[in-house]
Amino acid sequence: MKVRTVRLGDLAHARSGDKGDRANIGVVARDRASYELLRRFLTVEVAAKFLEPMGVGDVKRYELPGIHAFNFVIEKALAGGAGGSTRLDTQGKALASAFLELSIPIDDTRD
Amino acid sequence: MSIRVGNGAGFWGDDVDAPVRLARDGDLDFLTLEYLAELTTAILAHRRAKDPDAGFVTDFPEVIKRISNFLVEQPRLKIVTNAGGLNPLACVRNVGSILVESGLGRTSIAVVAGDDLLKNVPEWIQAKIDLVNMDTGESIVPYADRLIAFNAYLGAKPIARAIGEGARIVITGRVADASLTLGPAVASFGWGWDEYDLLAAASTAGHVIECGAQATGGLWSDWDAIPDSASIGYPIALLDRDGSCVIAKPERSGGMVTAGTIAEQLVYEIDDPSRYRTPDVDVDLTHVELDQVDQNRVRIRGAKGNSPSDFLKVSAVYRDGWTASGLVAVVGRGAVKKARAAGELVVERVRRAGYSLAQSRVEVIGAGDVVPGVLNHLIDRDPVEVMLRVTARDPSKEAIERFCRSIAPLVTSGPPGIAGYATGRPRAIPAFGYAPVLIPRELVAPKLEIRTATEWEKTNASLEYNGIS
Repeated sequence: MKVRTVRLGDLAHARSGDKGDRANIGVVARDRASYELLRRFLTVEVAAKFLEPMGVGDVKRYELPGIHAFNFVIEKALAGGAGGSTRLDTQGKALASAFLELSIPIDDTRD
Repeated sequence: MSIRVGNGAGFWGDDVDAPVRLARDGDLDFLTLEYLAELTTAILAHRRAKDPDAGFVTDFPEVIKRISNFLVEQPRLKIVTNAGGLNPLACVRNVGSILVESGLGRTSIAVVAGDDLLKNVPEWIQAKIDLVNMDTGESIVPYADRLIAFNAYLGAKPIARAIGEGARIVITGRVADASLTLGPAVASFGWGWDEYDLLAAASTAGHVIECGAQATGGLWSDWDAIPDSASIGYPIALLDRDGSCVIAKPERSGGMVTAGTIAEQLVYEIDDPSRYRTPDVDVDLTHVELDQVDQNRVRIRGAKGNSPSDFLKVSAVYRDGWTASGLVAVVGRGAVKKARAAGELVVERVRRAGYSLAQSRVEVIGAGDVVPGVLNHLIDRDPVEVMLRVTARDPSKEAIERFCRSIAPLVTSGPPGIAGYATGRPRAIPAFGYAPVLIPRELVAPKLEIRTATEWEKTNASLEYNGIS
């Protein structure tokens, strides 16, 4: 009985950007098997927990099965957004590269 | 029948040589140039306030100067751009005189306007029309007197109409990015405005190419596998009457077009993929698929279209105080601790000088502050070299100017090992707030005017545009 972890960047690539104070991270799995694995284990809860230190709001996950992709939409991610933020990365450009460092817990015992 | 639409600019600040290379090598029917990010209008408004002939994207006339010979050599080539920004009229007069100088005074140029609704805001507030930030649900009325830009995103209709009436160059203000591609498609193929799947296909292509090289290897996660990034090719959408769409790039250019680079761009800056909204069509991207049909050629299929909303999105920008940032390097044992202390010292000294700053932030770059806290577990706990960034924001310009004078003294009265003051004091710059607002479509009347370059050069700055249906 084991729970292993996998680095998201080993299964997927990603790109992030902004709309106001909201950021999105598009995550594209490298193949169908990785997509199915991420569908089960890269949940909204796992994503939100990883981003928690930034003080983000609600996180939503959308699926685009035809291109093996997910779109994570993160509220209140940018401390005010391009106009209002005092952060260096006001537009969430660095978010995707950080997100790929997420260690996803994979519980192989749940099958 | 098919057309080739290439996008040579993804924002104002993008590579100034890219549109020239793309027009030269792209064998294009349409060159699009997308310049307006959400806050670009803030910069344009600031410039227009100082000079009534400013407020457009000044890169564009430069591009026209450099590619005017291609307009002669390539009779098929047309140009569609939102470079008009907040002052399309000043833009077109500028472009007009450049073309006249190049002996191309007969070139037909269209201006699409009607997006700039700033003057209407007071009467709409009086008439109790809801003007609400769609993200927060809060009214924009409390800061309506500080609004400097209020532009609706227009759609592809006036662009298609301009091309249909023979315009060689179409200059718009704020339009939806995807509409820069959809307009040429509808004008070329005669699609109906209710053929939503076709509109969705071309809009999806427009979405993918709107950010330029982001579709051709820019931002690609496997960045070290990109061939010849230095001369990266900008994207070309090959569109067919039946709605089929292939993304490509010029032969022999750098970069790459793969299912991966296109997939990343498909999900770039979108919200719910089942409702990627433009003024022309609600696109459902959920079941989009990609096929690598050849080297550097990817087919996009499966976008579905639905009728668009009765509301148009407006991008509202308002003055929101002043801001400044200082950046210095901090070196030596305990660099992170030293940097944080030095940053706090700057803020504290400004406070003791009698200025309470509404917002201040100390970031130690190299210690996990760019994506705050998220990568802490992976970061070297005690680096001996970091960057310190201190930022302040306040309604008072005087407070920010005082802040600007408090960073340099660190090099004599702060901790040791601080370098980088050679660039001088930072400047106080205006800060802006941004609010997306939905307004009923019937409040917006797109306008279109087509004249020759010679006529535009002589056109009075107070031109009243014709409305179009």
